[in-house]
Amino acid sequence: MVIVFQSKPSLIAGGVVAGPLEKRSIFSQYFDANYDDERWQMKTNEQGHRKMVEEACEFAMKKAGVKKTDIDYFMGGDLVNQMTPTNFAARDLDIPFIGLFSACATSISSIIVASLLTEVGASNFALAGASSQHNAVERQFRYPINYGSQKPQTAQWTVTAAGYALIGKHHEEYPSIEAATVGKSVDYGMDDPFHMGAAMAPAAFQTIQSHLAQRNQKIYHYDLILTGDLGQLGLKLLKGMFVESGIKSEELTPLRDAGAEFYGQDETFQSGASGAGCSAAVFLSYVIQQMRAGTFKRVLLVATGALLSPLTFQQGETIPCTAHAIEITMK
Amino acid sequence: MEKEQYQQLEQNVTPKPPYFKNVAKAFLVGGLICTIGQAVSLFYIIFFDFTEATAGNPTVATMVFFAMILTGFGLYKKIGQFAGAGSAVPVTGFGNAVISAAIEHRSEGLVLGVGGNLFKLAGSVVLFGVVSAFFVALIKFILVTIGVVSW
Amino acid sequence: MAMTFVFAFFVGGIICAIGQLLMDYGKLTPGHTLSTLVVAGAILDGMGLYEPLINFAGAGATVPITSFGNSLTHGALAEAERHGLVGVLTGMFEVTSSGISAAVVFGFIGALIFKPKGNVD
Repeated sequence: MVIVFQSKPSLIAGGVVAGPLEKRSIFSQYFDANYDDERWQMKTNEQGHRKMVEEACEFAMKKAGVKKTDIDYFMGGDLVNQMTPTNFAARDLDIPFIGLFSACATSISSIIVASLLTEVGASNFALAGASSQHNAVERQFRYPINYGSQKPQTAQWTVTAAGYALIGKHHEEYPSIEAATVGKSVDYGMDDPFHMGAAMAPAAFQTIQSHLAQRNQKIYHYDLILTGDLGQLGLKLLKGMFVESGIKSEELTPLRDAGAEFYGQDETFQSGASGAGCSAAVFLSYVIQQMRAGTFKRVLLVATGALLSPLTFQQGETIPCTAHAIEITMK
Repeated sequence: MEKEQYQQLEQNVTPKPPYFKNVAKAFLVGGLICTIGQAVSLFYIIFFDFTEATAGNPTVATMVFFAMILTGFGLYKKIGQFAGAGSAVPVTGFGNAVISAAIEHRSEGLVLGVGGNLFKLAGSVVLFGVVSAFFVALIKFILVTIGVVSW
Repeated sequence: MAMTFVFAFFVGGIICAIGQLLMDYGKLTPGHTLSTLVVAGAILDGMGLYEPLINFAGAGATVPITSFGNSLTHGALAEAERHGLVGVLTGMFEVTSSGISAAVVFGFIGALIFKPKGNVD
């Protein structure tokens, strides 16, 4: 069921900070800061991760000229066990907080909840977003950082970045959140943790299809439909699913993927970027800035998440995935 | 779209691993590591009091030392990405598995972090090495006892 | 002597190539691959085939992880010959301690001096 926001909450500002390797990203010019130290001068990766969340929030607040005390809610999450980086950042931000976990789709699930709080009048300003830190995530989901395993061409690189949006009441000068679709947990029997794009593509397909159908729209109504982190292969699969459903491939040009484009054509990163910070960083820097510059008028942001854990993989389970979408417009 | 139909699409889109290239790279790098091992062996035989039969132990230890240096400076993972099994199968790969886990878990302290996680990757090698050695030796012992084979 | 280097290269390379096939064709994780090779080394030694391979290829046979299974079995067999059934258990680590002890010691030292870095370059 699609959510239509009558009050059209605004995406007032986005704060995005990223790590040293993300300077290579084709989107890095849109980020607010790239840090040379992947640990943000902290002792552990997890502490650096927390710091990154705080700084992304600070940038979002600073741009809008609001203070911590003006913020009513803080919504966010990350990929570390029990989301301690975000939970600990919430402790320091001292704002009423709900942690949300939708794996790499958390950026959008957070924004949906923040928009609902705004819609019902409970929130004047809310921070919503997600983050991931390469070292902290890899050690948990895969191998130690310095372990020499061979990643296949289907693998993706977890991004070090945090993206947070400031969501507020409707203002014409900012992009408006018109509608949202909450995705189901979709499982097409994929079980390879080094091929996440293949697992997530069906979830993105279902969410986009359901959103378009219920909004009575076609793909060409959008200037951009941007998925989160399907990677190059996942994007190919998503387009393949649309083609098999009877849509001509030339109609699919608005369909792009943040993960596939993130590091350009650099083969070091195999199929592209991934991680909760990937979609958050691109959505809340590049997309917002391009909307305000007038490049895009109507955009569908579809964050995709693989809902697995190392435990479920080792127990031989397949990978359920989800995708959440928001429709944003700019006058 | 049905699951089976999607799995068909996935099979078509996903590139197959470059089998020949991967095997060739594993062969070259693995062979090279063993050749370096042979040189280390020779070093111990010539300059220390080791024979060809006993040089294996110090050779293995030295190779693991090299693995520590390469792992610490983040080079082993690059070799691993290139060589695959070529750098995983030699004992340096075993060293890399232990040492990378140790470095990784330093932030949780020496006892709970390093101590508790040292063998989280390499533990299976120790487990299956010891258990298979046990059963192989047991079977041979039984076969010798009933007179089928001799030591 | 020079020929041993050539044999070391080829035998070591072939064992690694088999490992790569297990990973790519067999779709095994590195952990499963190494465990399989260790078991193979133990069985080869039980059949008396690994020792000749070491004599032939030197480090080409002692450096790959298969030699770990071989030396565990070798220690167990040697003790079993001397002390009977009890030797099967007690002899295992007699020959093979260096790989494990080196990995443990260097792991500890490595943990003290290095930090994990995520950069690809």
